[in-house]
Amino acid sequence: MNELDTLVTQARTDFENAADATQLDVAKSRYLGKGGAITQQMKTLGQLGPDERRAAGARINAAKDQIETALEARREAIRDAALAIQLSAEALDVTLPGRGMGKGGLHPVSRTLERIEALFRSIGFEVADGPEIETDFLNFTALNTPENHPARSMHDTFYLEGVDDVLLRTHTSPVQVRTMREHVAQYGDREHMPEIRVIIPGRVYRVDSDATHSPMFHQVEGLWVGEDISFADLKGVIADFLRKFFETDDLQVRFRPSFFPFTEPSAEIDVAFMHGEMKGRWLEIAGCGMVHPNVLRHGGIDPERYTGFAFGMGPDRLTMLRYGINDLRLFFEGDLRFLGQFR
Amino acid sequence: MQFSEQWLRHFVDPKIDSEALGQLMTMAGLEVEEMNAVGGVFTSVVVGKILSTEKHPDADRLKVCQVDAGQDAPLQIVCGAPNAEAGMKVPCAVVGASLPGFEIKQAKLRGVASHGMLCSARELGISDEHGGLYALPDDAPVGADVRQLLGLDDTVYVIKLTPNRADCLSLVGVAREVAALTDMPLTVPPSAPVEPTIDDRRVIALDAPESCPRFCGRILQGVDARASTPEWMVRRLERSGIRAISALVDITNYVMLELGQPLHAYDNDHLEGAIHARMAQPGEKLLLLNEQVIELAAGTLVIADDARVLGMAGIMGGEESGISLDTRNVFLEAAYFTPDAVAGRAREYGFGSDASHRFERGVDFALSPVAIERATALILEICGGQVGPVVQAESLAHLPARRPVTLRPARARKVLGIDLSDDDMASLLSRVHLDVVRESENFRVTPPSYRFDIEIEVDLVEELARLHGYDNIPAPAPQGHLAMLDRPESRRDLWQVKRMVADRDYQEVVTYSFIEEAWERDLCGNTQPIRLANPIASQMNVMRSSLLPGLLGVLLTNRKRQNPRVRVFETGRCFRVDDAGTPVAGYDQSVRLGLLAAAGTAPEQWGVAHRNADFYDLKGDLEALFAPQTLSFEAAEHPALHPGRSAKVLAAGKVVGYIGEIHPKWAQKYELGNAPVVCEVDVDALLQASLPVYTAISRLPAVVRDMALVVASTVPAMALMAALKQAAPAIVRDIQLFDVYQGKGVDPDKKSLAFRVLMQDTQRTLEDAEVDAAVSALVQCAQAQFNAALRG
Repeated sequence: MNELDTLVTQARTDFENAADATQLDVAKSRYLGKGGAITQQMKTLGQLGPDERRAAGARINAAKDQIETALEARREAIRDAALAIQLSAEALDVTLPGRGMGKGGLHPVSRTLERIEALFRSIGFEVADGPEIETDFLNFTALNTPENHPARSMHDTFYLEGVDDVLLRTHTSPVQVRTMREHVAQYGDREHMPEIRVIIPGRVYRVDSDATHSPMFHQVEGLWVGEDISFADLKGVIADFLRKFFETDDLQVRFRPSFFPFTEPSAEIDVAFMHGEMKGRWLEIAGCGMVHPNVLRHGGIDPERYTGFAFGMGPDRLTMLRYGINDLRLFFEGDLRFLGQFR
Repeated sequence: MQFSEQWLRHFVDPKIDSEALGQLMTMAGLEVEEMNAVGGVFTSVVVGKILSTEKHPDADRLKVCQVDAGQDAPLQIVCGAPNAEAGMKVPCAVVGASLPGFEIKQAKLRGVASHGMLCSARELGISDEHGGLYALPDDAPVGADVRQLLGLDDTVYVIKLTPNRADCLSLVGVAREVAALTDMPLTVPPSAPVEPTIDDRRVIALDAPESCPRFCGRILQGVDARASTPEWMVRRLERSGIRAISALVDITNYVMLELGQPLHAYDNDHLEGAIHARMAQPGEKLLLLNEQVIELAAGTLVIADDARVLGMAGIMGGEESGISLDTRNVFLEAAYFTPDAVAGRAREYGFGSDASHRFERGVDFALSPVAIERATALILEICGGQVGPVVQAESLAHLPARRPVTLRPARARKVLGIDLSDDDMASLLSRVHLDVVRESENFRVTPPSYRFDIEIEVDLVEELARLHGYDNIPAPAPQGHLAMLDRPESRRDLWQVKRMVADRDYQEVVTYSFIEEAWERDLCGNTQPIRLANPIASQMNVMRSSLLPGLLGVLLTNRKRQNPRVRVFETGRCFRVDDAGTPVAGYDQSVRLGLLAAAGTAPEQWGVAHRNADFYDLKGDLEALFAPQTLSFEAAEHPALHPGRSAKVLAAGKVVGYIGEIHPKWAQKYELGNAPVVCEVDVDALLQASLPVYTAISRLPAVVRDMALVVASTVPAMALMAALKQAAPAIVRDIQLFDVYQGKGVDPDKKSLAFRVLMQDTQRTLEDAEVDAAVSALVQCAQAQFNAALRG
């Protein structure tokens, strides 16, 4: 081994032994600094002849390169080690919860209403709205339920103190007549009026309160009036809706003859699930029927030319069935432990 | 309406089981709400006659009975019933019998052998009666099967009838329907006229023929009012939910259930002169059968004699003229009162009866003479006596007419969406005794007297649908005219806004629209609230004019349930008397959005310092919800809010709501904890959106200058801001408030407001001089209008 090789080996060892950047700098100056070994070697070149000088110079430079490479390698190793220490010190407990604001949610019945609206919009139903303090005329009379009609006792109505002609609506059906009148005002002069396809969600009120009845509850009214609308269409729309709403075909739907003054023929709609806890039980979820000719007349529509169907369903009940809720009162208590489950 | 299946099958007996019969009625519109077996499931229980009883040698309360159960030798049975005594006939479960829940075996009771069990009503599942043995009639044959003897293989149907089907408020009515649906023969009860044996009669005067166009009356003399009602009648009544009382009362109830005609029996000895069906006169009073004295309103149809009012026609009889166990002579009434004469009256007076329930829905007016004969025959059979002639007063002109109704079969097919032939339609209608006459392509259909619900064509369409079966109507995918719905960009969707609110950590709630009057007064300053005439509870007696009370209620509920962090919102209508209100005149019922935030801004968590939500947090939420609309706020007082921490909210210069911190006095009174912050705005304003309009962006460098202005602490920051914007030269693009400082270096009654002014031109680079001039214009404006000083 010649002197230069020894030097390189020594340098490598010294660099390896340098624990940090400072020690490495000290070691570096020992070889590459002004008084360093390589520099000393270079100084000896002047004493040599030209040919020898070239050959020796090349050897010295080669050794220098090797030392510099070793130095860089060591320097990087030291940096890497330092970074590794730093990174390890910076490690997080990734299991700690994320920070920030919380998130609220919609009321479970709102979820249902939003779904119902979206499903009906998808077949061209618009959404309408109406007042909750309603006239006796629109809540009853215009819906073919005159004073003293036995059907009035089917609804226990909230009245306002000191006034006879207004009440808290007992159903969303008065908005049917409002909608028809507005429609006729807008399109009545056309040869063919466009169809009325509308759903009407909202709060309604009846004097009743227990685990399955609330003095205030929700209803969604539906109305489709056109020149060729039949009871079969009603069955088709409702059956489609229920399967889409509950996202299952595993469902029986039954139309059972019933009576409402404002529809004829009238039906109650029952559903029964074919599996699960409620299997085989018929559950009443809506009333419906063909709009009574007297109601169409009150809406300004010729019942000979136009027919239509209407339905009124209970979104509270649908919500209870969908999410397995067993007490209607929970909806109106505002307990966040309950409401928070529907985010 | 409730009745026994056996009774129904007496009139029509289709070959289907109880379950299927129930289903059949339900699907025909007679909804079966309940189906209950009459007796429990048991076997081998026979009629036993107790021959003797002896005290048990080792037990005070037990008796050792010898019982003849129709076997070769008497059975020895140990029994603990207090009423067990020799001679009595009782249900005897013999060895091997099975009763609800247990089986009868040979046993020894306290050392004495017992070969069976004597039963109470409860042990047989007949009723809850468990005071002693169930006493069987004396004539019950020993050894006979008790199930058969008591007719326990029976079901009670409870059906919910809709108001249009008054014709089914009787056994015969339901049977008629079942016969039509199953095409089975119908047996009707006998109603042959009973020949008079005496000539006693009363004159009947129809003084109000429009309300009572037909009245049949008859005198029966020498009846035994104490006669006992036959077992079969008691049983049918009880299974219809009517308790047996006395023979005469039971018979009138029985005929009403059987035929649908309410009857009334008067004690003939308490009547004077003629019988009148007339309107009540002002001031007339009546002591009712239910011992209530009422003052009759004009317009109430009454039955009277020459001396006084006897009863409210078709609703309830009077106490003084009613029958009792001492009655010997009876005056029997079977009348037709029109629905208009009865409807609503019972409710006005606050009571109703089985009779009024039927009359207000419509009783078959052809039935009065039939029912009076049926009742007479039963009275004679059970109570004996002599019979006078039926006096029938009627005003034919006032009886309901059954006019023919035209049915266009093509129309029926169109409305129902079915393909049913004319012949099939005619056949279906005939089955329910509708008289069909075919005229070219149409039908003329005349309903029978008991159908009050067939007046127009669609009534027949419904009848067809029902008889054809709703199940047999197809449910095709609907066909409509396609037209795209409006999708206005200048109005946001409420669901979108609700989701935004929820995303800002508010939970939606739904609270009642009626609240406690005190809350409406305290929190809304409303002393003239909209009151309910018939609230469900006193703390729910007025309509809310604000969402605030409901939201505070939710806070309270959750605090009580140890959940103090409440951030909630509600959208809903609020109600105020307002002369300009629409669409119902006199009431404003606009939809509002209310927000309430109590406790921490963020959920309790590591690494985020806890800070209670305050005015500015809520204001930030509200501004975000309205964006890009900009809101302005003006200090304003509100009854519910801290006077120094409340404001009106304005959008486009119009007041749309309020915001603030709950007044400490209410926070204390209602124990709300740290005062929550609340706001409420009109949803209509919130949903407004404008179409974005493009403006050019500058490519030239902007110049930014900051200036801190010291003003009195009472100066509203936004007033100063508005003035600055007003005074700003054209090159000022934007001014932002970026700091508010009070403390060291600023006088205690002053504050420092730091503004960042951004200046830029779209055409050229600004020069220092014009920038300086602009800033100095702003400072001068602040000095002039707000006595502001530049902070050094």
